Amino acid sequence: MIPALVVFAYLAVVLYIGIFAFRISRRKNDAEDYFLAGRSLGPTVFLLSLFGTNMTAFSILGASGHAFANGIVTFGLMASSSALIIPVGIFVIGKRLWALGKRNGFITPVQMFRDRWECRHIGTVIFAVQAVLLVPYIIIAVMGGGTTLLAISGGVIPYWLGGLIVSSVVMSYVFLGGMRGTAWVNTLQTVLFLLFGTIAVVVIGRGMGGFSEAMEAMLASPVTAPLLTRERVSPLYFFSYTFIPLSSIAFPHICIFCLTARSGTYFRKTVVLYPICMLFIWLPSVFLGVVANQAKALPAIETKLEARAQLATQSAALSPDDRARLRAQASGDDVILKLVEGYAPLWLASLLGAAVMAAVMASDSQILALSTMFTEDVFAFYQGTARFGQAVQVLTGRAFVILVTIVAYVIALRLPQSIFDVATQYAFAGYAALAPLLVAALFWRNSTRWGALASTLWTAAAVAAVAACQTLIPAPPPGSEVVVWSLNDVRIITRGAAGTLVLGLLPVVPMTIVSGFLMIAVSLATLSASKPGAVTLARYFR
Amino acid sequence: MRPWPAAAAVALLYALHQDFWLWREARPLVFGFLPIGLFYHAAYTVASSGALWLLVRSAPPAIDE
Repeated sequence: MIPALVVFAYLAVVLYIGIFAFRISRRKNDAEDYFLAGRSLGPTVFLLSLFGTNMTAFSILGASGHAFANGIVTFGLMASSSALIIPVGIFVIGKRLWALGKRNGFITPVQMFRDRWECRHIGTVIFAVQAVLLVPYIIIAVMGGGTTLLAISGGVIPYWLGGLIVSSVVMSYVFLGGMRGTAWVNTLQTVLFLLFGTIAVVVIGRGMGGFSEAMEAMLASPVTAPLLTRERVSPLYFFSYTFIPLSSIAFPHICIFCLTARSGTYFRKTVVLYPICMLFIWLPSVFLGVVANQAKALPAIETKLEARAQLATQSAALSPDDRARLRAQASGDDVILKLVEGYAPLWLASLLGAAVMAAVMASDSQILALSTMFTEDVFAFYQGTARFGQAVQVLTGRAFVILVTIVAYVIALRLPQSIFDVATQYAFAGYAALAPLLVAALFWRNSTRWGALASTLWTAAAVAAVAACQTLIPAPPPGSEVVVWSLNDVRIITRGAAGTLVLGLLPVVPMTIVSGFLMIAVSLATLSASKPGAVTLARYFR
Repeated sequence: MRPWPAAAAVALLYALHQDFWLWREARPLVFGFLPIGLFYHAAYTVASSGALWLLVRSAPPAIDE
């Protein structure tokens, strides 16, 4: 129970940060201060909080869980490609957004889209799609909170209560501290989970008697040896994961965070150090997830391995309910916590638990972004601020924070899918497909609002189709697949155990390519009728 | 400084992500415990930082900087 108490102490600290930020911001009760911290973040807070904003429960729990089941491929799938593509996006797109935001007073990406393409309701459509896609990302944090507190408390705090506690704390400091509180909490969280990886590897390595023996034992077994290579994953599937990091800069919370820097020079240090931060978090998470397959001395992990073995050998004979139960048992989302629990001394396990909790709670920026978008893109746009004033706008933003948290919590209780699946299939793929909007708005003079609308509607339809496919077609046993659509014996859409594939690629690939194509084709077709005026274009292009 | 070498370095790194030549290899275990495929991608991540340093140095400062 001591680790749980340390985690509660950590929760109290972040709550206090929110209160402290609230006290400071009371002096300036305007929207730009609450939603963007007055565009005043310094270089260190900007780097650490921007990085922390991108790291969620997914980075530690999802990554180690995925690595536990799939092996070292997890690092190549999500970490190394992200370490290149995300900072490039931040530097090329984020820095330009920052400059435009500073000059024109933008607080959200939709404000920029409306100005750039001289549109009104199309902006509202983009807002709606962005908002719907952001909710799954928030759900990840609730799920991670429930899983973490359940594991840390040794089952005393049930999943639903853990999720409730974490959501309430996050909601409170976002409600009170706005962007300033969120950025400070993110900075603390990033420092904690940067330390976490190194300490965890050293401590667990000692506990297991060194990793060399564990690796040799894994290589000697035909069951675990493939986890140390990528032979179970096709190169095409591996390649398709390089599209996922495109989602990062398209996420509204990242765009909005880019607007908080006091100076454009802060982007330079941030993008250079970003990959190093990725390495410090992902390498330990993935490595420990893999090595957990050899931690058979821990009963909780042994149970998972047995469930996985049963799934692999008897899956076809099992009922769907039994298969689902075994999948839940074999799930590795809490595997890193079990390792810490089993091998770290109590005081360290407590601190490491707090660090995991820090990663889990990184949904604050998403909640704040949703609230910012609602108040700026809907409330203020439809004359709410003009009629009721800035104080009511900030109050509306705070009320929205509560509403979003409740909705995410209710959904999290009803979704049994693993953290990794939810994130990849819905939010990441959808935002990657929205990336062409940003590129076209900022770098292509001839893009039009109709092109933007076509891309957005396509993204919404494609995400809905993937979600329907995932829901209506039950996951087949591992190693097999259900053909959803084929043409002349070519399997176009298939449903495997890990999700839906299109021609062997993740859906994100065709979604993004078609979105980009629609942006180009529809813009060119509508250019003569809807090209923005010269004054507008002059604000974006020299 | 021209931006093209940095852009080329980023493009090259993107291509090098698809390291098919290490696909089925676990050995050698670097430092005695790190499978070669995992070590490659860890080194790739460090190389990304280098390419981004080149990119940042080659980009002209924005008007607002």
